[in-house]
Amino acid sequence: MSHPTATTLDAQSASLPASSLWSKSPIIGAVIGLLGLIGMFVTGSFHGEGLFAYLVAYLFFFSLAMGALFFVVIQHATRAGWSVVVRRLAEILSMGFPALLVLFAPIAFGAHDLYHWTHLDEVAKDPILQAKSGYLNMGFWLGRALFYLVASSAYAWYFYSKSVKQDTNGDLAYSHATRGASYPALPVLALSVTFAAFDWSMSLDPHWFSTMFGVCFFAGGMIALLATLAIMGHSLKSAGPLAVVTTEHFHDIGKLLFGFTVFWSYVNFSQFMLIWYANIPEETMWFAHRWIEFGWDKFSIFLAVGHFALPFFFLMTRHTKRNKVTLLIASFWMLAMHYLDLFWQVMPTEQHHGPHFTAAHGLSMLMIGGFFFALVGVFLKKSSLVPVKDPRLSESLRFTNY
Amino acid sequence: MASTATTSSTWGILAEFDSAAEIFHACEKVRDAGFAQWDAHTPFPVHGLDDAMGLKASKLPWVVLVVGLSGTFTGTALQYWVHNYAYKLVISGKPYFAWPAYVPVIFEMSILFSAFATIFSIMGFCRLPRWNHPIFGSKRFEKASDDKFFISIESADPKFEATRTAEFLKGIGAKHVELVEEEA
Repeated sequence: MSHPTATTLDAQSASLPASSLWSKSPIIGAVIGLLGLIGMFVTGSFHGEGLFAYLVAYLFFFSLAMGALFFVVIQHATRAGWSVVVRRLAEILSMGFPALLVLFAPIAFGAHDLYHWTHLDEVAKDPILQAKSGYLNMGFWLGRALFYLVASSAYAWYFYSKSVKQDTNGDLAYSHATRGASYPALPVLALSVTFAAFDWSMSLDPHWFSTMFGVCFFAGGMIALLATLAIMGHSLKSAGPLAVVTTEHFHDIGKLLFGFTVFWSYVNFSQFMLIWYANIPEETMWFAHRWIEFGWDKFSIFLAVGHFALPFFFLMTRHTKRNKVTLLIASFWMLAMHYLDLFWQVMPTEQHHGPHFTAAHGLSMLMIGGFFFALVGVFLKKSSLVPVKDPRLSESLRFTNY
Repeated sequence: MASTATTSSTWGILAEFDSAAEIFHACEKVRDAGFAQWDAHTPFPVHGLDDAMGLKASKLPWVVLVVGLSGTFTGTALQYWVHNYAYKLVISGKPYFAWPAYVPVIFEMSILFSAFATIFSIMGFCRLPRWNHPIFGSKRFEKASDDKFFISIESADPKFEATRTAEFLKGIGAKHVELVEEEA
């Protein structure tokens, strides 16, 4: 009330200016992705240990896109008003899914190098793997992967395209359609992200299982998305098109980032404590590998401190969430921690003498990240970066925290 | 009670406004006039009124943080003392200092202490519990939970002077101004 704000917005002022570096992201992303791809070939990283690095990078961007899609769907399902000015950014990030569909190829073709359960001669000698072979077999596994990626891409396209069409005429029917579609989308996506985590990460150690695993992966994905929203939001606010995103919106993104950091710690500790308490060999083995047995104990402690304790106290006060610099520090830090979390899930399968980073880790991040943001960049340029005719836009523009 | 003659038993002054916008701007003027012992009463939360009143950030979070962390410490110390000194029992082959098993209790104790700190600090800051408040002596104040907006300035405020403050409040748009007496 003390600062009268506009209740409408024209599409021109919310579009990406040609002078912005983001408008060149299709080219820059494609070049970086291509360099990563060439690097992966030159270093022979598309088989053996290099593939594990590729899987970490793939899970990183898959979880980011999943987080983005969940964010969009939850905003529609709850008819959220505050988030309208940042929702388009999440819609655009979720449009990276088609790139992930193509980038899954090295994992599909390299499954034999990654997954022990693909070795049929080993499975024949192993009663546990024989019992699981109805689920863990190549055909079903590939079919499921295809389903997760196609369903997610289709949903991403649905929510994105409806929202963009509404920009032209502000028809309320689009809002009703996306809200209606959001409810069935939630269980489909929840099951997709859970079983994707089971199939691609948990089955690296096919004897081991944890029903919490999918939830832990989901929590990490939401952290990746919220950190990315804060970073891209501030960058595009400076560039112009997201000038309407205020401290109030960033404060809320910061609150969610804090909340999901706590949630990540909660589900990960719950997973650990129940397994520690029951003390059943085929369950504790997974944590034993990530402790002294494979020399990953210091890494595990670092993750607990860096992914929980530090951000927990850092993001607790409202001042760090409302300040641009501190929110950006927390966001970049949490993105790094999310990468290390996935690294910690995947790499001990291959690295039995402590963690070490290889060229393939960097190259695969460049390759997948480059191609992912090349596609995201195409959609950044295609439409305005705020749903300018959304019925709840004025609510979002006037939004304040108490 | 509509007279503006000061008596020793005057608690303060009450000014009535008709809308959220009016009281918002009136609060800014009371703030700028330098009053310290005053408050605004509205039937619903008014966005931005904290800033208009010049309220500083609450100290409550710091109290909750300190007491909450003392709950963390209490939960840890209690279990450590029980399992390592008072009742040394081997439970399912775990060491005496089985910290993962402590975490749920430590977590709950932190929450419990934080909740207590919050509720009792709020009561302390608001000087609760109390049976009555002089402001309820005003018949018009009943509308504060319906459709009227009020500013009260206490006589304890160093800048308070009944006649001048009443004129000041009328000058910034109050529809009605009255003195509120201390309880007998």
